Amino acid sequence: MISVRGVSKSFGSQVVLQNLNLEVAAGKTTTIVGPSGAGKSVLLKLIMGILEPDEGEIEVCGYNITSARSEREKNEIRENLGVLFQSAALFDSLTVYENIAFPLVERKGLKKEEAHERVVHLLRALSLTKYVQKLPQEVSIGIRKRVGLARALAFEPKVLLFDEPNTGLDPLVGQEVYDLISESQKSQGFTGVVISHELPEVFQVSDRVVMLLGGRIIMEGTPDEFQQTKRPEVVQFLHGSVEGPIHIQ
Amino acid sequence: MYSTAQLIKDSKPKIANPPLFGDVKEWYFPDIDCSDQESYEQFSVFSKVEYLKLMSDSPNPSFRTPLPHVMILTRIERLGAWVLDSIQYWGKAWIFLWRILSGIFSPPFRARLLFQQVAQIGFHSTFVVALIGIFTGAVLAVQGEYTLSKFGATAFTGPAVALSLIRELGPVLTALMVIGRSGSAITAELGIMKITEQVDALRSMAVDPMKYLMVPRFLAGVIAMPLLSAIFIAIGIFGGYLVAVGVLGLSSGTFVSQMVSAVGPVDVYSGFIKALVFGVIFGWISCFKGYTCSFGAIGVNKATTQSVVTSSVCILVTDYFLTSILTRVFL
Repeated sequence: MISVRGVSKSFGSQVVLQNLNLEVAAGKTTTIVGPSGAGKSVLLKLIMGILEPDEGEIEVCGYNITSARSEREKNEIRENLGVLFQSAALFDSLTVYENIAFPLVERKGLKKEEAHERVVHLLRALSLTKYVQKLPQEVSIGIRKRVGLARALAFEPKVLLFDEPNTGLDPLVGQEVYDLISESQKSQGFTGVVISHELPEVFQVSDRVVMLLGGRIIMEGTPDEFQQTKRPEVVQFLHGSVEGPIHIQ
Repeated sequence: MYSTAQLIKDSKPKIANPPLFGDVKEWYFPDIDCSDQESYEQFSVFSKVEYLKLMSDSPNPSFRTPLPHVMILTRIERLGAWVLDSIQYWGKAWIFLWRILSGIFSPPFRARLLFQQVAQIGFHSTFVVALIGIFTGAVLAVQGEYTLSKFGATAFTGPAVALSLIRELGPVLTALMVIGRSGSAITAELGIMKITEQVDALRSMAVDPMKYLMVPRFLAGVIAMPLLSAIFIAIGIFGGYLVAVGVLGLSSGTFVSQMVSAVGPVDVYSGFIKALVFGVIFGWISCFKGYTCSFGAIGVNKATTQSVVTSSVCILVTDYFLTSILTRVFL
C-alpha cells in the first residue's frame, strides 16, 4: 500500500533519512518508532507529499507521490490519505462539527446537508455528539484528538497516518485513543502508519514495527520480535534507559 | 560543541601570543574530523566567528585585536551569505505572489471566504479609518489655511485639503492603518496556523492552502483598500470642511466650488491606482510573512513585526515611485 524506496532527506548539513526502504502492507498497521530526531515525522511528511525527498521515491496506493509535479496531482493522491496530527491540528475558527465536515465540504464539494449524515455518523461513533458546537480551544486535548480522528476518517481514506497519537495524553485517555484506532481500523479496514515513541503501549495497535535511528531502519519485525530482541539499541529504547548505545541529543 | 567562555579560559595558560586561525583548530579541536572538504568548510566558517569572539573577549590585551585577514574574510563571508539569503528570500516572495495570482483564476472559487475577509479587513476597519480621516482633514484645513493666508489665498483651502487627501494622504494613511490593524492580524493568524500544523492539515486533506487561506486574504486586501481609501478621503474632506467653514470662518461656497473646480478625474484615478497597488503589497507581504513564519512564539512575534515594518516601508517607497510615474502619465 505504501512503498518507500531508497529515500534520503537532509536539511542543510543535517542528514535526517538515509537510503530508507520500507513496505507497508495493505490493511495492516505499521508503527514507526525511534527517539526524537530519528526522522519519524519527516518520513510521515514525505509520505504526505508535504516534503520532497532528496533521493528515492514513495508510492502511496499505487501512485508515485514523489513524481507528482503539481499540488493538483499530489492532492489527487492525498485523497487516499487521512492524517491525525500530533496536536490534532483542528481549525481554531471552526466548531467540532465544522471541523469534521471540513474535508467533505471543502474537498469533496458536498453541500452541508449532504455531508451531515456522514458527520453525524462519525460524531456518534466517536462519542462526540455533546461537543458539536464547541470550538477546539473549549475542549480537552483528548477530545481534540478524537475530533482529529473523526476528521481523518471523514474521507474514508485507504491509508491513515497517525503522528504520535498519544503525546500529551494521560494514560487513560491514551488508552482510549488506542482503542479508537483499533476499532476504526477493524470497522474501516484502512492501512495504518503510526509514528510513536510510546513503547510498549503502541504495540497493541501494531501489526509490524519499524525502528528508526539516525535516519536508518535498524530493526523491523512484529511486536513480539521487538519484545524479545536483544539488540542493544532496541532494548535501551524499550526500557527508556539513559545508558546504552543511543546518545540523547 | 564548545563555548567561547571555555575557549578563553583554556587559552590563558597556553598562549603567549595571539594564535593564527589555522592553529586554533589544531590546539583546541584536534578531535574534530575535518578530513573531507565539506566538514572542514563548516568548521572554518563557524570557528572563524568564534575565533574573532575569542580575540575580542580575551582578558589578555594582546589578543584583542583580531588578525586583519581573518576579519576581512569573515566580513566578506557574512556579506556574501547575506546577499545570497536576500536573493533567495525575495525570489521565494515573488514566486509566492505568482502562486496567489494564479490561484485567483483557478477553481474552486470560495466567495464565502472572500466576503468574510472583506468584512474582517474592510468593514471592521471602517470606524478607525473614518476617525483618523476626519482628524486628518481637520488638520489639513488648519495647516492649509495658515500656509495659504501668507499668500492671501485662503480661498484655495478646499482644493488643498481635497487634493492632498485624494492624491496622497488618503491612500497612504489608509494603507498604513490597515497594515497596523489587519496586516499584523493576518500574519499572526497564518503564522499560528503554520506552527500548529493547521496548514499541513489542509494540505493533507488535499486542500491547497494558497487557495483556501492566501487568495481570499489577498483579494480582500485589494478590494478593501480602495474602498477604505475612498471612505477616508470623503470623511477627511468633510472634516476639513467643518473646520474651514465652522471654525476658521471660510465661505462654504468658496470651499466647495474651488474644490470641485480643482479636483479632476485624473486625481481620483491617481489615488485609486495607489490604493489598489497598496492593497496588493498589503496582502502579499502579510500573507507571505505568515506563511514563512518560523517555529515558536518568537517566530510569530518576529513575523508579525517584520510584516508591519516591511509592508509600511514598501508602501512608502512605492508611493514615491508611483507618484512620480502617475504625475508624468496624467499630466
